[in-house]
Amino acid sequence: MAKITLSNLAHSYLPQPKGEQDYALKKLDHVWEDGGAYALLGSSGCGKTTLLNIISGLLKPSEGRVLFGDRDVTHAETAERNIAQVFQFPVVYDTMTVRQNLAFPLRNRGMAAPVIARRVDQIARMIGMEAMLDRKARGLTADAKQKISLGRGMVREDVNAILFDEPLTVIDPLMKWELRTQLKTLHREFGHTMIYVTHDQTEALTFADKVVVMYDGRVVQMGMPAELFEKPAHTFVGYFIGSPGMNIFDAEVEGNVATVAGHQVPLGAAYSGLSGRVQIGIRPEYSLLGDQGLPFAIRRVEDVGRHRIVRGEALGKPMNVILPEGMPVPASDARVQFLADRVNVYADDWRVEGGAL
Amino acid sequence: MEKTLNNKAWFLVLPVLLLVAFSAIIPLMTVVNYSVNDTFGDNQFFWAGLEWFQEMVTSDRLHEALGRQVIFSAVILAIEVPLGIYIALNMPKGGVWSSVCLVLMALPLLIPFNVVGTIWQIFGRVDIGLLGHTLAAIGIDYNYTNDPVDAWITVIVMDVWHWTSLVALLCYAGLQSIPNAYYQAAKVDQASRWSIFRYIELPKMRGVLLIAVLLRFMDSFMIYTEPFVVTGGGPGNSTTFLSIDLVKMAIGQFDLGPAAAFSIMYFLVIQLVSWVFYTVMTNLDKEEAK
Amino acid sequence: MALEFKGVGRTVNGQTHIEPTDLVLEKGTMNVLLGPTSSGKTSLMRLMAGLDQPTTGHVFWDGRDVTGMRVQDRQVAMVYQQFINYPAMSVYENIASPLRLKGEAQDVIDRRVRETAEMLKLTPMLSRKPLELSGGQQQRCALARALVKGAGLVLLDEPLANLDYKLREELRAEIPRIFEESGAIFVYATTEPEEALLLGGHTATLWEGRITQFGPTIEVYRRPVDMVTARVFSDPPMNFVKARKDGHRLHLGAGAQVPADGAFAALADGDYLAGFRANHLHLNTHSGDSVEFRGTVGAIEITGSETFIHLDTPDGTAVGLVHGVHNLKPGEGVSVWLEPSHVYLFGTDGRLAAPASYALSA
Repeated sequence: MAKITLSNLAHSYLPQPKGEQDYALKKLDHVWEDGGAYALLGSSGCGKTTLLNIISGLLKPSEGRVLFGDRDVTHAETAERNIAQVFQFPVVYDTMTVRQNLAFPLRNRGMAAPVIARRVDQIARMIGMEAMLDRKARGLTADAKQKISLGRGMVREDVNAILFDEPLTVIDPLMKWELRTQLKTLHREFGHTMIYVTHDQTEALTFADKVVVMYDGRVVQMGMPAELFEKPAHTFVGYFIGSPGMNIFDAEVEGNVATVAGHQVPLGAAYSGLSGRVQIGIRPEYSLLGDQGLPFAIRRVEDVGRHRIVRGEALGKPMNVILPEGMPVPASDARVQFLADRVNVYADDWRVEGGAL
Repeated sequence: MEKTLNNKAWFLVLPVLLLVAFSAIIPLMTVVNYSVNDTFGDNQFFWAGLEWFQEMVTSDRLHEALGRQVIFSAVILAIEVPLGIYIALNMPKGGVWSSVCLVLMALPLLIPFNVVGTIWQIFGRVDIGLLGHTLAAIGIDYNYTNDPVDAWITVIVMDVWHWTSLVALLCYAGLQSIPNAYYQAAKVDQASRWSIFRYIELPKMRGVLLIAVLLRFMDSFMIYTEPFVVTGGGPGNSTTFLSIDLVKMAIGQFDLGPAAAFSIMYFLVIQLVSWVFYTVMTNLDKEEAK
Repeated sequence: MALEFKGVGRTVNGQTHIEPTDLVLEKGTMNVLLGPTSSGKTSLMRLMAGLDQPTTGHVFWDGRDVTGMRVQDRQVAMVYQQFINYPAMSVYENIASPLRLKGEAQDVIDRRVRETAEMLKLTPMLSRKPLELSGGQQQRCALARALVKGAGLVLLDEPLANLDYKLREELRAEIPRIFEESGAIFVYATTEPEEALLLGGHTATLWEGRITQFGPTIEVYRRPVDMVTARVFSDPPMNFVKARKDGHRLHLGAGAQVPADGAFAALADGDYLAGFRANHLHLNTHSGDSVEFRGTVGAIEITGSETFIHLDTPDGTAVGLVHGVHNLKPGEGVSVWLEPSHVYLFGTDGRLAAPASYALSA
């Protein structure tokens, strides 16, 4: 196990990148703690897979270094890096039994048979496949195969890191719950450094201690799930995290008041001297429907069971509000209020920290 | 995926059935007719029953040809299949070089059979052939027209040259269908080169290998043109394979009855061996899945 | 227009793919088929489309028996999980292709293509090739092709499954609007309960080739007829504990008990199973009636605004979904509260015995 240092790392698929736009991964400098559970979150093409491939050794970065502990592995082959990886689609050795599949990484390292047997039994119990150990892997369902892949990823105790590349894509929702909880339990028990790549915010937020949000080849925010939700560092994070995402309005901000399309919105902190494009962001969860505040025209109500999503228009723009279960939907010409200390202020898409009132 | 059944679709098969009838069934029936009659080719037939069959089954000449044929097929399969796999594994996986490789590999397959024979016939000649002459020059006693061993080596090398590409191309196609993630996973698992071959590549090539072996078996078992052009079945009868023997019998000696009986048995043997082969391979496949 | 199934079932090689099913889908309705992988969603759609023929029963379209009629002769369009477009044609030609096949006049084609493209926000992309588009746009193009010919029945087989989370959210929010504009019968297959709820309309829950319930989506969610439906239509899965009714008391699990009033009062004494959803467990009591479950924390998952708590209790494992961020430690003892009004009672045969009282008033 080891902490992972990414030092001035950048990558371009072009041999001679001309400017920043040619980089699939723009310069980043991070240290990922030993034993942490990290999620790389972003939409397709944001550079998360590029970063994962650099860490796994599939790709050599065009600039910068990768360190596992104190060892520079930038140019080391995958096999030398002592990592485990689980892929989007199940990768199993078809002609082997489940047991042989699980034992394979251990056998390749020349471990003693009794040690292998004990470890395989342990892992089989965790992924719930004890009963199938002696079946050929080939005839199994995608779910079962992906469990084997997960098991093979977890079977070695001494790996530097375990990488997951959207591992639950092929899994049914109910099974996702089970596997995700198992992953968390395994992480707690063995303390492996885990890196989990996904485009699914629920998976990222629920799995990771630290979520790394990537956008356009850049890490826009790295933080705990609650931070990403409460204080998105970039408007993209506000949009990407949360379902539906944050409502964003162009505004003029002076002191603790924002002016949006002629309406005044109170803020929880004071701001001054903002330049560039100024916007305010408010989560649907922190918007209250009632008879006070800004006019809100309701277009559509979606009942999701545990809450309702009210889609409508406010301040001349589409806006979403979340109503907790049991709260009545107001009549058509409602008004909306924002919780002042939950409103974030952005200048040129980056969050501005406000001062005391 | 399941398909909708529509019985009218059988009408679409009709033209093919007619074609097959003209090209295969009717000629085959003619042969059956010859095999149970005695004739001198003047359309006068005398009923001979199973006499020709009896004669052929007990014929030493046929037994010897069959023996040579089996050895030939076994040898070329034993060389071409591993060699084809080896070549496929070492071909570039993409880019310009893989295209160049593919074209080069496909070349021998595009040459007409008798041209292949002619090429090797000249190539191996001691007086003017590049191969024969060179070998003679460096003091190796090589002459495929006199020495049965040399003749065999020439015929086998020629077949390997001609057909290994087919095995290699089929295997290459099989290898191309393996997603990259498998190789990456194997690296992560620290699998050896042999393990990668044994547990990833070989299982994925299984299907195409089955086809390759079957095709090569059938083709080599029916081989005629190339050895006939090179050695004419000689020296003596040392490279007289079944087809060559058959032609000698039918055209050389004009023994139409025995030759027809021979043909039918030949045909049945190929059918039988191919069927056994296919069944065994697919059953192995099913065993594996359990 | 309506699509009607009368006893439609399909058996292949002795295996039941779809049990005999009665179902009526009315014109202009959105119908969701909700069930896990291989529960029969695709099989059912293929029967609706006419791609497969039923082994029992009949299919009616507007009261006319169309069993055995070819797909080409039915007014059906289908969209798949994979983005299927003609790669060599422009988006415009892709959308126009079903109309060209029908031999429509050029001006009609042009008008319809532009209308449909506008509806699916593809107008700026009309001259591009599908592979130059993002995944979301490619699927929009496939949708446009399905909608342009004005088919009476549009089948969508997990159309958003291959899209990124956010794109999925975006397109999903638009599908109800698109559907309302088209006026066709929409049938939408999904494995995700949340997707069914967001789409609204009607939902049929499927389990092992059988429709377990069909009705307005929110009603199926709030009043599942049996445990199978409740399980299929809950994410995270519904929690179950053993229950026993004894006179005026209802015992839940080993320790807790609540008064057996409302719908529970009429039930016979005996054993039941109590079901409740994760979001109805709370970390603090709301009212005097709440019952307490004690347990230890198994795992904690924080989504930013909410926290999933995986609990090990003497009555089995349970999942709770509570508001806010709660940094509980695994292994720590914790109490969760449940209001009796959120408890469903199921008989030992799995049938719903009494719905939760909140569901009756909602």
